[in-house]
Amino acid sequence: MTAVAQPSVAPLAAREPLPRGVAAQRASTIASGLDLAKIRADFPILAERIHGKRLVYLDNAATSQKPREVLDAIAYYYEHLNANIHRGVHTLSVRATEAHDAARQTVRRFLNAGDTREIIFVRGATEAINLVAQTYGRKHVTAGDEVLITAMEHHSNIVPWQILCEEKGAHLKVAPIDDHGELLLDEFEKLIGPRTKIVAVTHVSNALGTVNPLREMIAMAHRRGVPVLVDGAQAVPHFAVDVQALDCDFYAFSGHKVYGPTGIGVLYGKRALLDAMPPYQGGGDMISSVTFAKTTYNVLPFKFEAGTPDIAGAIALGAALDYISGLGMEKIEAHERELLAYATEAIGAIPGVQLIGTASERAGVVSFVLEGVHPHDLGTILDREGIAIRTGHHCAQPVMERFGIPATARASFAVYNTREEVDALVNGIRAAREVFA
Amino acid sequence: MTTDIGELGDLYQEVILEHSKAPRNFRKPASANHHAEGYNPLCGDRCSVFLDVEGDAIRDIGFQGSGCAISRASASMMTQSVKGKSKEQAARLFEQFHRLVTGDADAVTNAQDLGKLAVFAGVSKFPARVKCATLAWHTLQSALQDKQETVSTE
Repeated sequence: MTAVAQPSVAPLAAREPLPRGVAAQRASTIASGLDLAKIRADFPILAERIHGKRLVYLDNAATSQKPREVLDAIAYYYEHLNANIHRGVHTLSVRATEAHDAARQTVRRFLNAGDTREIIFVRGATEAINLVAQTYGRKHVTAGDEVLITAMEHHSNIVPWQILCEEKGAHLKVAPIDDHGELLLDEFEKLIGPRTKIVAVTHVSNALGTVNPLREMIAMAHRRGVPVLVDGAQAVPHFAVDVQALDCDFYAFSGHKVYGPTGIGVLYGKRALLDAMPPYQGGGDMISSVTFAKTTYNVLPFKFEAGTPDIAGAIALGAALDYISGLGMEKIEAHERELLAYATEAIGAIPGVQLIGTASERAGVVSFVLEGVHPHDLGTILDREGIAIRTGHHCAQPVMERFGIPATARASFAVYNTREEVDALVNGIRAAREVFA
Repeated sequence: MTTDIGELGDLYQEVILEHSKAPRNFRKPASANHHAEGYNPLCGDRCSVFLDVEGDAIRDIGFQGSGCAISRASASMMTQSVKGKSKEQAARLFEQFHRLVTGDADAVTNAQDLGKLAVFAGVSKFPARVKCATLAWHTLQSALQDKQETVSTE
């Protein structure tokens, strides 16, 4: 057998010390006032061992872990409430319906929407965007019209519009970004033209972490009478979102990225727009009466919720939103902002690292490439240290193309992440460099 | 420090690291008469394989593209292994190689048939990386069959 390369992955304590500035910061306490030890204990999976190491979970932009409250809500639903909703007169059906209604009310409060009828439960942000493209889009977009997106969109906010544009003979316009990963606001405004029928933009870029200046963007679109859909999948876990203050027309997010289960998500839409939109899917629950001659559709939000929904998922999402609201979105934002600044400095200080996405306003994500080490190799080496990061194109291939790279390594943060975990990541990156030196 | 590092070492063998840093036949042979593109949509890795085939014999082979250490080393060592071989021998090598990296016990036992390629046995412990090791081979197969569309690992 050939000689084995001996990667110099020394125990954490034996590794070279962190740069002076970073080590000094580490000693300071968490300014947010969150009790991180208690929060971490709320997430059972954080006690998992991976290859004999403590799990360091830094792939939260892909999906977050779930607190005990969410897991309990799922179990409680199936143990005590399970029945179909809006159907029976029996007690369980009434209980299940009430719990489902309460979850919708929780989502409304969480987004500060004005009316629960504006909260549509869907499978996730992807389905929410497809819903708008296939209903609002198909009704309003015709040949020669334009749909405006940005160069930092996730595939889920590109492909539904491409499908629509192809079907209608419309054009997809893309607002460019600069080398920091910031939207060129002037260019964005110029692209809103007389044929623009809808603007679809991300709140926070999943690949770069850029936070878009939504209020200005939405005001620009509204001045020209164009509605705006916001992909909020990467925003809602990190800071408070107020759809009325933003004045967005549609807002989409996924439950699983905000500590809830997979398979549930939300579309917020302004009531007047939703009322005027044709239904998305046909079936039970979305009707008020059916004859073979004619079907009358149900009122909002049920018009857009055909079939038995993910009842347990909606209730568990409500539990997730209650959980983080209980911690306080301002505290979560403060903690993550500090952690992101710490991680950005520490990772950026590693020789050979190039940060991808250096916008002045960022949330949740540090994306980077390491000279001489492909992101996949880095991901494998870190995994053996129990550290989970995402490596690849992050379902944002146009972003990778913009920066002329095939892939990045991405560390993304949640409320339960700590500076010590960032330190473990930094040590892991340094060790990977040595393997490929 | 622990057994994990042993497994990492199994994956990143000295030979593999060396080939990834200085890949052999990283070029497009002027005489190339067959060509195919490979793509791994999961990681964005790309691989182009160029062949000079006369009759049944692979007279020359080169590759280009971007990818991780495993995919570059695999492509590099593949070009060395199949150069001068017949199409059928190359196809058989791929079959053996595929079984090796997917952990087929018989293939691991008979790894000596694969010659230097046996160093990729460690890939089988890293299921997420099997596609990295096989991208170049899938592309080679496509080039031999003169397929026009890009071969995808998905």
